Amino acid sequence: MQANTRAVYMLPYYVWIVLFVVAPVVLVAYYSFFDVDGNLTLQNYRTFFTPVYMQMTLSSFWYAFLVTLFSLLIAYPAAYLLTRTKHRQLWILLIILPTWINLLLKTYAFIGIFGTSGPINALLGTIGIGEQQLLFNAFSFVFVSVYIFVPFMILPIYNALEELNPTLISAARDLGASGWTTFRRVIFPLTLSGVKSGCMAVFIPSLSLFMITRLIAGNKVITLGTAIEQHFLVTQDWGMGSTVAVVLIIAMAVLMLLTGGFGQEVRHGK
Amino acid sequence: MGNKNKWGNLYLVLVFAVLYAPILYLMYYSFNSAGNMHEFEGFTWQWYDEVFQDTRLMIILINTLVIALLSSAIATIIGIIGALAIDRIQRRRLKDAVLSLNNVLIVSPDVIIGASFLILFTIVGIKLGFASVLISHIAFSIPITVLMILPRLQEMSPTLVDAARDLGASRRDVLARVILPFIKQGIFAGFFMAFTYSLDDFAVTFFVTGNGYSTLSVEIYSRARQGVALSINALSTLIFLFTTALVVGYYMINRRAQTRTRRSEPAAEMGVPR
Repeated sequence: MQANTRAVYMLPYYVWIVLFVVAPVVLVAYYSFFDVDGNLTLQNYRTFFTPVYMQMTLSSFWYAFLVTLFSLLIAYPAAYLLTRTKHRQLWILLIILPTWINLLLKTYAFIGIFGTSGPINALLGTIGIGEQQLLFNAFSFVFVSVYIFVPFMILPIYNALEELNPTLISAARDLGASGWTTFRRVIFPLTLSGVKSGCMAVFIPSLSLFMITRLIAGNKVITLGTAIEQHFLVTQDWGMGSTVAVVLIIAMAVLMLLTGGFGQEVRHGK
Repeated sequence: MGNKNKWGNLYLVLVFAVLYAPILYLMYYSFNSAGNMHEFEGFTWQWYDEVFQDTRLMIILINTLVIALLSSAIATIIGIIGALAIDRIQRRRLKDAVLSLNNVLIVSPDVIIGASFLILFTIVGIKLGFASVLISHIAFSIPITVLMILPRLQEMSPTLVDAARDLGASRRDVLARVILPFIKQGIFAGFFMAFTYSLDDFAVTFFVTGNGYSTLSVEIYSRARQGVALSINALSTLIFLFTTALVVGYYMINRRAQTRTRRSEPAAEMGVPR
């Protein structure tokens, strides 16, 4: 009896899990088997494996990879240098602060900055390179994405570096390792967990964020997220949209398995 | 060595400069009387005036705040229940499974959450608008509140509850006078995170909002798609100041009672856009 009343208290939470965690995934999977007219079919998956969609998927992954790579290349040295600064709490807070600002606003800023009469083009003009079309192409998409995601790459790497025992580095140096060898054999492997969570935090959003592509890349870059938005809200072909969503979910699950996943991290309380 | 430091500092300065330049650029041109984002003509408050005169925008702002406050309050209550539920599961496997389910919405991309909720609302027959937006915001804020509350709950010694029971406290008293005060900080953090999640959300709202109902980020998106308008700059300046005040305030309060609780999902805490 007592156990029963207690379980009733817990009900809202479990109802939430069923309705908003399990049901949506099931619904998306279910809808992916229907065409626009509501017929049960595998046509959506067949369409997905045509060259048009395959190319879109591949290019989406390619851009996500580029964004992740550049973010990592910029973030790792920055995180490393941040661990050596004084007042690093303050600096880290300053890295975090821009992440709290709505990314639409940050993206919007680049419409002005990269515009034909914007400051970058003015600079290019004075150097003598001349005006370039910076907006609505792959470059602007990668640049703006990297800009937005760099803090999310810096923070986990910074945390991993902070936890690194400095005596290990001294030991490596004492044993005659060069700076580069120490980095390659000691520092980097020991901070790999931070690198992994950083890459996860960047790669998946770069596959799925549609507002950056819509605002800044024109129709030049179409990511999986853009395709889903297009199918659901523009062409109203929910079946095809769901199919792309299923692919994105599977890609995400595979990535998590490969990198050890969030689940584990949560469990180990890190 | 000194030389190395110099290059290092230069690099950091560069990173911070690039990080803040676009935001400062936006703010700077919000005072431009020329009405564009490249030629600063003269100082004006005109665009701020325009923002405050814009009744539609003010209504949207109120909508946004109402949604944020309501959804984070309700999400926090369900989050407390969820944390209590997870905490009392004895079997480790089951606990891990429930925790994984809890975290699904944190790691899923917003487009997928938005699209699947859209399907859900259509099937159940909930009209798109205030209700659908509110329900979605509650739904995607619950997991973060659970994650903020659960560690505090796990830190609590079970002897506290036993002692209270032995001394004759009813179960309701135990909850209200022992457990809730102990996890107060987690509750506060959860509420704050849920509030910022809701304010910041664009993609999910965009999917489930339908016609006629709008929140601030959806409105900014539709205006930004039409190109540069300096009222957006003015609005972003105001939002930036508000956000900064909120974050700094939160850190100050949090710092006072800092008991270094280890966060389970750092990306979630920072509100990674997915």
